[in-house]
Amino acid sequence: MSKMALEGITIADFGWVWAAPHLGRLLADMGARVIKIESRKRMDHTRGLPPFPDRNPAAGPSSSGYHGWLNRNKLGVTLDLTQARGVELAKEIIKISDAMMENYSTGVMEKFGLGYEEVKKAKPDIIYVSLSPMGSNGPFSYLKMYGRPQVYMSGLAHITGHPDRPPHSTNISWGDPMAANHGALAMLAALRYRQRTGEGQFVELSQWENLIGLVPEAIMDYTLNGRIRSRQGNRHEFMAPHNAYRCQGELAWVTIAVASDREWNALCEVMGRPAWTEEARFKDTHSRWVNQEELDQLLEEWTLGYTPEEVTRLLQARGVAAFPTLSNRALVEDEHLKARGFFETWDHPEAGTRTYDGILWKMNKTPGRIQRRAPLIGEHNHYVFGELLGMPRTEIDRLIKEQVIY
Amino acid sequence: MPEQALAGLKVIEFGNLVSAPYCGKLLADLGAEVIKVERPGLGDDARRREPYAGDEPGLERSGLFAYLNTNKLGVTLDVETVKGRDLFLELAARADVLVENNPPRRMKDLGLTYEALEKINQALIMTSITPFGQNGPHSDYKAYELNVYQGGGFGFISTTTIQEPVPTPIKAGGRQTQFAGGAAGAVASLTALFARDHLGEGQHVDISLQEVMAGQYEAVIEHWTFTQNEMGGVTIPIMMPIMPLPASDGWVFLMCVEDREFDAFVKVMGDPEWAKDELFSDRFKRAEYVDGLAVMLMEWSRQYTMEEIFQMAQAAGVPVGPAYTAEDVVRSPHLASRGYFVTIDHPVIGPAVYPGAPYTFSKTPWRIVRRAPLLGEHNLMIYHERLGYSRADIIRFVQAGVI
Repeated sequence: MSKMALEGITIADFGWVWAAPHLGRLLADMGARVIKIESRKRMDHTRGLPPFPDRNPAAGPSSSGYHGWLNRNKLGVTLDLTQARGVELAKEIIKISDAMMENYSTGVMEKFGLGYEEVKKAKPDIIYVSLSPMGSNGPFSYLKMYGRPQVYMSGLAHITGHPDRPPHSTNISWGDPMAANHGALAMLAALRYRQRTGEGQFVELSQWENLIGLVPEAIMDYTLNGRIRSRQGNRHEFMAPHNAYRCQGELAWVTIAVASDREWNALCEVMGRPAWTEEARFKDTHSRWVNQEELDQLLEEWTLGYTPEEVTRLLQARGVAAFPTLSNRALVEDEHLKARGFFETWDHPEAGTRTYDGILWKMNKTPGRIQRRAPLIGEHNHYVFGELLGMPRTEIDRLIKEQVIY
Repeated sequence: MPEQALAGLKVIEFGNLVSAPYCGKLLADLGAEVIKVERPGLGDDARRREPYAGDEPGLERSGLFAYLNTNKLGVTLDVETVKGRDLFLELAARADVLVENNPPRRMKDLGLTYEALEKINQALIMTSITPFGQNGPHSDYKAYELNVYQGGGFGFISTTTIQEPVPTPIKAGGRQTQFAGGAAGAVASLTALFARDHLGEGQHVDISLQEVMAGQYEAVIEHWTFTQNEMGGVTIPIMMPIMPLPASDGWVFLMCVEDREFDAFVKVMGDPEWAKDELFSDRFKRAEYVDGLAVMLMEWSRQYTMEEIFQMAQAAGVPVGPAYTAEDVVRSPHLASRGYFVTIDHPVIGPAVYPGAPYTFSKTPWRIVRRAPLLGEHNLMIYHERLGYSRADIIRFVQAGVI
């Protein structure tokens, strides 16, 4: 098999929950050797998060689908970082690493003695990427913050949702996966610089700031025009129709978006309503936009007669943008995603044989691949401390017994 | 001035709207030289998107375009003309990375496939960002932000509610799918650079926005494959309270993942009797009885302003965030103290405040060296100085509509 894109790069992953582990997953999928460091004293929170096989959390601390999703392709070791010897061993792992990342609350790594200044003494050219909720300085640096309240604070929630309902948090911690992507970019960029100069550095990312840069339309409408945007449902600035429409079946919708007269004419023809293209209320883009509520109702009367897949096929054949609102199940059963090999299935001693989302980018010469499932707790202690760091087995066993490697 | 991390990297951006341009911006802001190729006359569609400076439409007045295209050099080029295509190939021959977000069929029609470009420049990395990727039954489907957002699973989960009626699925504000695809494109492009170190050649990177979204929603696939759990419609939540609460002047979001966070919030509310009920004794039970819980929490929260709830909760270590508007964000003292926002001058827009860097580097700064290019602003610089065409040639290109 060909060498993988990031083969030869070693990353010490001090991440927990989502953002930093997701960063590690992106690069591990492309062949980086990622060593995940956690502790039995405070296991990665995702080990306790659903989904569990057959909804049974007692299936074991490595059975979580959430954990398995974010930590495949990684080696797993345990270290008690509240003990001096544990910190020393963490530094030994850092010494064989090119880069590291963490996403603890501000000040936690410093408390362990693993802040950048300390780590740099052990490994001067390390790339140290710190992802924190609000950044390490400023009056909000010590806020207790999770992803969804953070979406609220970013300005994104205020412009997401229906006008008559509360600001919508997007129902996920959007700042986390985006911080993973931005953090991975920063790490690789810093590694390029190190290739040229031999120098490492410290990168800080505030997850809050990383979200604000994703809502420039709202931010700059305020800074340019003093306007405060709010929730518009699915309304677009000029496209209409532009919405999700109910279809045959339970919780079944299709999205349709029309940008031009050509697309509108095709839509009317498919609906068997060619006369609408001539009516003043829908004749051009502006009329359709002004009369979009009426248009939405008429369109939904038509879509209700079909499944989302049927509407999609009919409209796409005529060059109109339509696509089903895919549910969890519909995603997993999507023929296109299957045909592209998006899904991967593997076995895990606690989770069983399950299907996961696979490699996120297709590279035609050095494709990413699944080389191993997510580690059990401490599964690679002997390999990492023994094979990679050269410690004698007796010492490793002693440190396990003393609950340093723990 | 200190050197930037990606100094020396040469990028051609053949992109439109958000995904490829955001990818180009991420690379340019870290020091890559990004040459943006636009259609003569019209330019990037983002030039025709709100917000416009002073609410006055104009090709050089879009705040969205100005934000997405900082630090780039801008040229115009009609790749459908013979000479235009030649010029494009000349640019591609000198680049490390080509990032584009055209429909796959269009790139085939133009003869600008990876197979064709590889022959001209074996070291070239071509990063294509499209709604559904380069192959598969839907690869030629047309899709806008709304379609891809909901096609990636995010619309369905937006309908989650604890009681009827189920709301219409929405897409998030702005163009989140395209930003996600642009960021993935940038990471993937650098990944391909590392591969080039040992491979000795470039390759084609195929990014599907649908896959990027489906793979970055909180284990959405695994919720189905592990437990056959759907996450839209009327749903019993997993743990509670994780919900918006009404304040007297807006909304806040309360997220108690651990029991001790809810216990602390109960103290903030003044230890009400109802909270001692067995029904609310742990995070899973609270999820089961969320209807009642929500009523009690909202009755309390309505008495206070967003800021009061935020302050009280945070003082007790409870994760609460207020629904900030763009104004609240721009005026945040925290962001000001960190120097997050940047002011950039522009000949048409004038000086304006833009979102700043997603990260800070201790040695190699993120930096705005130049504002977004005017349409065709660097034609002379690129075609004359770089590619060596004479001024007379360039006049002919302009008159023939090539550039």
